[in-house]
Amino acid sequence: MSTTSTLSRRKKMMAWTGVVMLMAIFLLPMTGYISTGFVTVAEEQQVQEQQTNPRSDYWRLVRENTKGYSAVKGRETNELIQASGQNWRQLRNGPIATYGSWLIGFTLAVLAVFYMWRGKVELSHPRTGQTIERWTLNERRMHWLTAGLFVILGITGTSLFYGRLVLIPIFGHNGFSAYAEIAKWTHNILGPAFVVALFSMIVAWFKNNFLNKIDLEWFKAFGGMIGDKHPSAEKLNGGEKMWFWALATIGVALCLTGLVLDFPNFDQEREIIQVSHLIHVITALVLIAFAFGHIYIGTIGTEGALEGMVTGQVDTAWAEQHHDLWAKSVIKKESDSH
Amino acid sequence: MARMKFLCDEERCIECNACVTACKNEHEVPWGVNRRRVVTMDDGLPGEKSISVACMHCTDAPCQAVCPVDCFYTTDDGVVLHDKDMCIGCGYCLYACPFGAPQYPQEGAFGARGKMDKCTFCAGGPEEDHSHEELEKYGRNRLAEGKLPLCAEMCSTKSLLAGDGDIVSDIFRNRVIRREGEANTWGWNTAYKD
Ligand code: HEM
Ligand code: SF4
Ligand code: SF4
Repeated sequence: MSTTSTLSRRKKMMAWTGVVMLMAIFLLPMTGYISTGFVTVAEEQQVQEQQTNPRSDYWRLVRENTKGYSAVKGRETNELIQASGQNWRQLRNGPIATYGSWLIGFTLAVLAVFYMWRGKVELSHPRTGQTIERWTLNERRMHWLTAGLFVILGITGTSLFYGRLVLIPIFGHNGFSAYAEIAKWTHNILGPAFVVALFSMIVAWFKNNFLNKIDLEWFKAFGGMIGDKHPSAEKLNGGEKMWFWALATIGVALCLTGLVLDFPNFDQEREIIQVSHLIHVITALVLIAFAFGHIYIGTIGTEGALEGMVTGQVDTAWAEQHHDLWAKSVIKKESDSH
Repeated sequence: MARMKFLCDEERCIECNACVTACKNEHEVPWGVNRRRVVTMDDGLPGEKSISVACMHCTDAPCQAVCPVDCFYTTDDGVVLHDKDMCIGCGYCLYACPFGAPQYPQEGAFGARGKMDKCTFCAGGPEEDHSHEELEKYGRNRLAEGKLPLCAEMCSTKSLLAGDGDIVSDIFRNRVIRREGEANTWGWNTAYKD
């Protein structure tokens, strides 16, 4: 008897508990509505007092790259909309790609036309057979290391930039992607090596490159490229000095922005990366155009110029034609020491 | 064909991060990568608001436009997917994306980027539907099973909506009319042109 009554009491209790729990499940969430009800009344009063609309303020916040809070930790995870990426995309794919290809194409065209018109600048006097040292072994090593890295970086870099337009139609998507993977790694790893090479070259040759009156005259005579005059020049002529300063300014910008892109582990924000990337591509394209000019003059443009950087020695006839002041001083030094 | 869209109703999002967790679990997302995240503006202040954000699957997707290897494609449903076999981890899609969706598992020293990972709208990838490769690289393909993205399916306040853009905006419009609020389809101006 007693056992059955306790059992039924238990059942009753269980039933009531169930009812209370069900009620709680339905009613408790409604407290949310109650509190929002109060809040909206309070808010409405606030809104009437405020001049600006808090909602539009809120949306302005979200559009203006303002940071909020996110439980997901990481680089810029607390930012909802990053607006400058749109500009970055449009500048990269639009004007920079277009004018960049014009710049390179124009440079090559000018050099081709110039070569057809002027041809090679030949030695005006026959070779004497006597040579003087122009570049030491270390200087030549430095030059060719920098040059080699520049060519590799230029090819791999522009492959990423123009590959989709030019190389995918040739190699197909999978073929290009396999190459681009290698190009990316090569570019990312050799970039810092180029920085070291370029900076040591800048330091080593800094003192030879101050522009002066002689260079001004040299420019006025178009460096002897046009006409038969041979303007005076020191060890480095005005054109070579300009190339040096281009590397020391544009080249340094290229290196610094490259380093920003190369090391995402320092948590630099996208805005900095985007700006760096644009500067990197522009400076790269400008330097590539200059480099074409430099390579032209150093190889097919001028008889005897390449020898200097390959063997370190130049013929005195060449030296007196292109760098008369330097040739005189070297020859004088040599005869003095004898 | 349906045009798939995400919509997060910031009046309803309670920053529970369930969508984030569900996504991470469903797709076995790589370490350090979260395809979805919840951002709270004015945290702790009156009027604080939270929004859950992932790849929005943009019209004329910016990521697609800058990818040097051209590995993105848009499905008939308007879902923006990419081919991880082709991706070289250059990071450009992240620079271009307004929503910060693309992410990279770290590969090697100095934060070098591995293959990009982002929300697939639970639509897998270019591999065969439901194949092991698809699961490994992109996660589950719920769309091929006739289901919608898990994050929205299991959102407790139905703040996060995912599906046919027309239906999603109908639901949202009805809500807004009822609560006499303003219709803020967050991110839609940035993401969608259709
Ligand atoms: C000769 C010099 C260089 C040239 C001509 C060059 C050129 C380029 C070009 C054209 C791009 C591609 C941009 C695009 O696809 O939108 C690029 C990207 C890049 N460059 Fe350079 N660059 C040079 C030197 C450097 C240096 C010195 C560094 C680093 C220290 C560097 C690091 C990078 C990085 C990290 C990227 C992004 C590529 C990626 O992550 O896939 N570059 N470069
Ligand atoms: S949200 Fe970002 S990743 Fe997704 S489609 Fe748009 S641009 Fe691409
Ligand atoms: S990271 Fe991959 S998907 Fe993104 S732009 Fe680069 S190659 Fe394309």
